[in-house]
Amino acid sequence: MTNPVLKNASYILVHAPDMIVHNGTTATVEKKTNQNSEYLEKLRDSLRSYDEVVNYAPNQVFIGNRTPESLNDLAMPWYTQPVKGDRYGKFGEIMPQDEFICMMKISDVFDLVKLSQSFTTELKTKLANHKLFSENEINLLKEGEPEETILSLVVDHHSEGIYHDKKLVGCVKKAHDFDTNLNAHVMFENLVAKASGVLAVKHLMAQTDISFDEVEYVIECSEEACGDMNQRGGGNFAKAIAEGSGFLNATGSDTRGFCAGPTHALISAAALVKSGVYKNVVVVGGGATAKLGMNGKDHVKKGLPILEDVLGGFAVLVSGDDGISPVVNLSLVGRHTVGTGSSPQAVITALITQPLDKGGLKITDVDKYSVEMQNPDITKPAGAGDVPEANYKMIAALGVKRGELEKAELMNFVKKHGMPGFAPTQGHIPSGVPFIGFAIDQIKSSELSRVMIVGKGSLFLARMTNQFDGVSFVMEKNKSENVCAENSGYDESQVKRLIADAMRKLAENLTE
Amino acid sequence: MSRYDGKKIVIIGDRDGIPGPAIQECLKPLDCEVIFSSTECFV
Repeated sequence: MTNPVLKNASYILVHAPDMIVHNGTTATVEKKTNQNSEYLEKLRDSLRSYDEVVNYAPNQVFIGNRTPESLNDLAMPWYTQPVKGDRYGKFGEIMPQDEFICMMKISDVFDLVKLSQSFTTELKTKLANHKLFSENEINLLKEGEPEETILSLVVDHHSEGIYHDKKLVGCVKKAHDFDTNLNAHVMFENLVAKASGVLAVKHLMAQTDISFDEVEYVIECSEEACGDMNQRGGGNFAKAIAEGSGFLNATGSDTRGFCAGPTHALISAAALVKSGVYKNVVVVGGGATAKLGMNGKDHVKKGLPILEDVLGGFAVLVSGDDGISPVVNLSLVGRHTVGTGSSPQAVITALITQPLDKGGLKITDVDKYSVEMQNPDITKPAGAGDVPEANYKMIAALGVKRGELEKAELMNFVKKHGMPGFAPTQGHIPSGVPFIGFAIDQIKSSELSRVMIVGKGSLFLARMTNQFDGVSFVMEKNKSENVCAENSGYDESQVKRLIADAMRKLAENLTE
Repeated sequence: MSRYDGKKIVIIGDRDGIPGPAIQECLKPLDCEVIFSSTECFV
């Protein structure tokens, strides 16, 4: 059996200001229930520009241009402290809305997305400059439709409008006359999840030496459901993204668990690789339009810009042992079970200390914990506090209770073993996974030796159970090289002696 | 005698703080009635 490793991770953001207004649940519900609200009046003026989003420090951390710890040097609120940002980062990019709208069209295989002729012409040129898009993909945009056709589809045929810069530039048609699971709104959300997943995979594959043909399985772990009236969540995004990404030898399936979905998916992927079922598995999650502007009312009320203005996406490649990449230690998996209970102590015990106990480890033996990494710039003004910090304090408190940490060291633990939150509140996107890219690099460079990824999910929101959920796993430094060296009987000092002897003999021969 | 005796209680818990069922459990020994308990997710 091989050890499963996390080889690469990609992270993408999509600036989506018009989608906040037309597709985010907070704005759309407000339009239905309180059309003349002050919030709706102020919403448009509270949107950030693309440049502001690129120069927003937490976004630069998300795509890998800055470390999470660098946020400690910036005074909060961070939206008042612009940095010099780049569109592209080590892990991915921040895509502008107009280009992403084209990705929705490219990802649509049922001709449901219609874009206007003028928008299509303009964007074909723009997208041609993107190094990750082929000519064939750009040709899928076709020539576009007359603007009257788009308007008629929206006004007369229940299509969902696609807006850019406040203008109607296209629409998503309903996929069935009566099926609510295939209506235009649902198709819009699902195409966004698919397209942003494909974008994350593009950036993942641009980083790795594994070829597209070597990917055998895809696990998709967003919070959307695709299906029809007979099977609401029939699926599956995974194979659709695999197809859209050109993984000809892959199939896949969707894993769900609210925000905990990605961590569940990564544990499953690692187990599939370890067991030898598949050699290379891609775990991918696309973004959620529904959550755009989710806490916007609080932000606007307090005079802040709408900070939930980006879709998020990520992808991770799980492969067999390459001797270099961090290993997923499947003997240190934590899980919140039905019988665990809901008290913070029970939750942290199940997710943190029970798996560590299996390996005889202390809480302080994990260098970094990646928990709920929501950006506190977003959550604090909304009254939800600093979520990562709250999680770190609970872990530290349990450490104190177990006698592994002095009470006076509690906040030092938070700083040393934690990090500031930097991910957008896109549900599954901030949960555990945002740090994996940094963890791969920092474990490889020996800055860190052990990182725990913790995912939590609010299952009670689906009203099927009152249960909460969570799972965790540990990434560790790859010691395969040492293991190989030990097994081979290699002795460095002996080799040096042999080389020295050989050199001495050579020198003696030359002088004779 | 506690401040909750004879009271009707509404619980709104937080997933990343103290969830509703945990608060409810703490109130069990007291002479009060939990008429609503929920856990909210703010993220």
